[in-house]
Amino acid sequence: MYNLLIGGAAGQGIDTTAAILEKLLKRSGYHVFTIRDFMSRVRGGHNFSMIRFGTEPIDSHSDRLDGIIALDDETVLQHRDRLNETGFILGDNKLAASDPRMLQFDMVGLAKKLGNPRVAGIIAVGTILKLFGETLDGAEDVLRAFVKQQFIEINLKALQEGYQLTEKRYTHLTGQYRDWMLVSGNNAVALGAVAAGLRFYSAYPMSPSTSIMEALAALGDEAGLVVEQAEDEIAAINMAIGASFAGARAMTGTSGGGFSLMVEALGLSGMAEIPLVVIDVQRPGPVTGLPTRTEQSDLRFVQFASQGEFPRMVIALKNSTDAFYQTMRAFHLAEAYQIPVILLSDQYLGDATSTVKPFDPERIRLAEPSNAYVGDGEYLRYRYTENGISPRLIPGRTKHLVSADSDEHDERGWITESAEVRKQMMDKRMKKLEGLKRELLEPDLIGPDEFDTLILGWGSTWGPIAEAVRILNRGQSRRYAALVFGDLYPLPQSLLKEKAPKAKRLINVEQNATGQLAGLIREQTGIVCTGSILKYDGRQMSGEEIARRIVEEES
Amino acid sequence: MGNEPFCTYETAWCPGCGNFVILECLKTALEQLGKDPSDVLIAAGIGQAAKTPQYINANAFCGLHGRSLPAAAAAKIANPALSVIVNTGDGDSYGEGGNHFIHNIRRNVDITHFVHDNQIYGLTKGQASPTSGFGLVTGVQVDGNFNEPLNPVLLAIACGAGFAARGFTGRKEQLISLMKQAIEYQGYALVDILQPCISFNKTNTFAWYNERVYELDESHAAQNKVAAMTKAIEFEERIPLGILYREEKSTYHQKNAVLKQGTPLLERKTDQALMKRLIASYI
Repeated sequence: MYNLLIGGAAGQGIDTTAAILEKLLKRSGYHVFTIRDFMSRVRGGHNFSMIRFGTEPIDSHSDRLDGIIALDDETVLQHRDRLNETGFILGDNKLAASDPRMLQFDMVGLAKKLGNPRVAGIIAVGTILKLFGETLDGAEDVLRAFVKQQFIEINLKALQEGYQLTEKRYTHLTGQYRDWMLVSGNNAVALGAVAAGLRFYSAYPMSPSTSIMEALAALGDEAGLVVEQAEDEIAAINMAIGASFAGARAMTGTSGGGFSLMVEALGLSGMAEIPLVVIDVQRPGPVTGLPTRTEQSDLRFVQFASQGEFPRMVIALKNSTDAFYQTMRAFHLAEAYQIPVILLSDQYLGDATSTVKPFDPERIRLAEPSNAYVGDGEYLRYRYTENGISPRLIPGRTKHLVSADSDEHDERGWITESAEVRKQMMDKRMKKLEGLKRELLEPDLIGPDEFDTLILGWGSTWGPIAEAVRILNRGQSRRYAALVFGDLYPLPQSLLKEKAPKAKRLINVEQNATGQLAGLIREQTGIVCTGSILKYDGRQMSGEEIARRIVEEES
Repeated sequence: MGNEPFCTYETAWCPGCGNFVILECLKTALEQLGKDPSDVLIAAGIGQAAKTPQYINANAFCGLHGRSLPAAAAAKIANPALSVIVNTGDGDSYGEGGNHFIHNIRRNVDITHFVHDNQIYGLTKGQASPTSGFGLVTGVQVDGNFNEPLNPVLLAIACGAGFAARGFTGRKEQLISLMKQAIEYQGYALVDILQPCISFNKTNTFAWYNERVYELDESHAAQNKVAAMTKAIEFEERIPLGILYREEKSTYHQKNAVLKQGTPLLERKTDQALMKRLIASYI
């Protein structure tokens, strides 16, 4: 397994360089996992991507580096301490930093000779491919996905120039992942939404959620869906609700700040029983916080957001595969229970690309709204039923009239102040939670069935926690396991209640300052964590860091 | 229901409220246009005027205060066969929903916006609204309203509205005609409807409006934006009623690449072959 870092200033093309390199490595058969760490600025500063690749599945980043591709001196200074003694720092001749591991070539000069200094990064990609014993076969095909037609030739030449600069240093390993996908969490969400029949996506741009809207817009014309950039997040969610009411499967997406503006309308979806999917791609708060960085601090917020009480579902996404299938499932649950379903992702997962088995859209069943009323007597949009789910018709599709009201309403959907109707209608809505509880997916159990320490986590720390469990269980010791939650509200409790009593130590691992999962579990089950590993500096914990801190916690 | 497909239900408005006239005119306009209740969606936010959808036999969407326009526009985007009409007040449309007012004009979805403009907050019992006159004394504006009154028709024209009109509950025949033209207009159409609030606005009474209003005649060049804006500014001494500005413009459905293909959004299905191609593009 190798780990490469590509760093430079914003505007130097790190993102494209990393995207081309990771795709070439994946096409060569490697399992690839790439994270993106960037500043909230368009030019300058320091940004980097880390590409980890090997022949076994990789689901998280590592702190240790085998190679650095430095597009500026800052990259060398910031990351050289993490580089293996036998590693390399690939950079231009003009870099001032000195290090015995430097591998310097006149890449900018070569790029200029080719006719465009911007292809220096592609020259570096060529050099990397040579170092790792790769060929240039298929490079043109990959370039086509990232580079405009008129620049293909110069980029191909740049790759070849770079390839000739050095000799092979590492052994090419044969992996089995050539035909797998390489997809980011945000793009997996977009694909899942399209697979679920999304017809209308309204949002206001906000990092780190914007790439979902961009991905949908890119394929919207072909897929037959409307992407609307709203004037604000309040409009975004109210548009999604209006479209859904009128029969178009609808979704909105944002980060915590935008979600704050959406809160009232979340209640409208709950009260008027209009299916809605909302994704919150979390970033550190409060307020503007760290716009381009990661955190898991909105769990308790989205669980309670909006006044009053209504049923909702909160699902955290664990990885790109989960992002695809859970997004599809969110549309199913929203439709089947006529509720808002909130997906929780974060910058780490949203921007990270990982190698996944090609998605199978047919794996998830999808509820559809009814096109006809088959019940007895008058059509009542909010009819009292055994399971709390009333017959939902689409206005204009039948002769029956359909009402939605944010006021408390009777079975017809008309405003009421009757105490009796109020209670019955609340009971009807809340009854849907009973059905939802039967739909819950238990957390993933990672590690052995017998353990001393049980780690509890949720969402995007799934990969790092899995790696931490592997590290901690190395050698003879098999004392560590983890439960990583996806479904969070309602909270699935069976596996937790079965496993927690067997643990000598119960440690929650979360990217927030207050241990929000631990709090939720304590509230719902009375189970109390004995230790807590928290991080809220905007950077995701690696498996190595979690393992180290667990050992410290236990000593 | 017989000959009154859009029959009225029991209301919670004050006797003598201008809302009754607007509701009556709306029903008449819809009936005269031959609309079927199941093809009509009346949307509203919150307020006295926003109770309108509750009192008429049609599909109804009573959403959040100020947020009726985004929901209504998206409902129309989803299903163009629906006649989508927003009936709501000046506070809802121009105060809480001011941002949506501006941007839905720009969007130009084919929806109709009837603003029951009584220049006061009714549901919350008499505070200044965005259109309240200068100096209006209320329980909150105890020294008189000192904010500039918002001119909705002028603002709509400035934002690029293709249909901007003003009506008055004291001129029913004209109001019905304005409503019908607005509903039939292809694109966003605003009718700002002056109405007295008999309980809370003792300044802008029926008589106050009646003394000032006059109906625009054919000499008004409604296709001329400057002439329209000049007329829209007129308010204190005399108030012109009618279509102040009218221009044919491309609607959202005509501009959007997916919608202009013609298949209503809610009838589209995701093509499984396309889905396979999209997944393959990540390999």
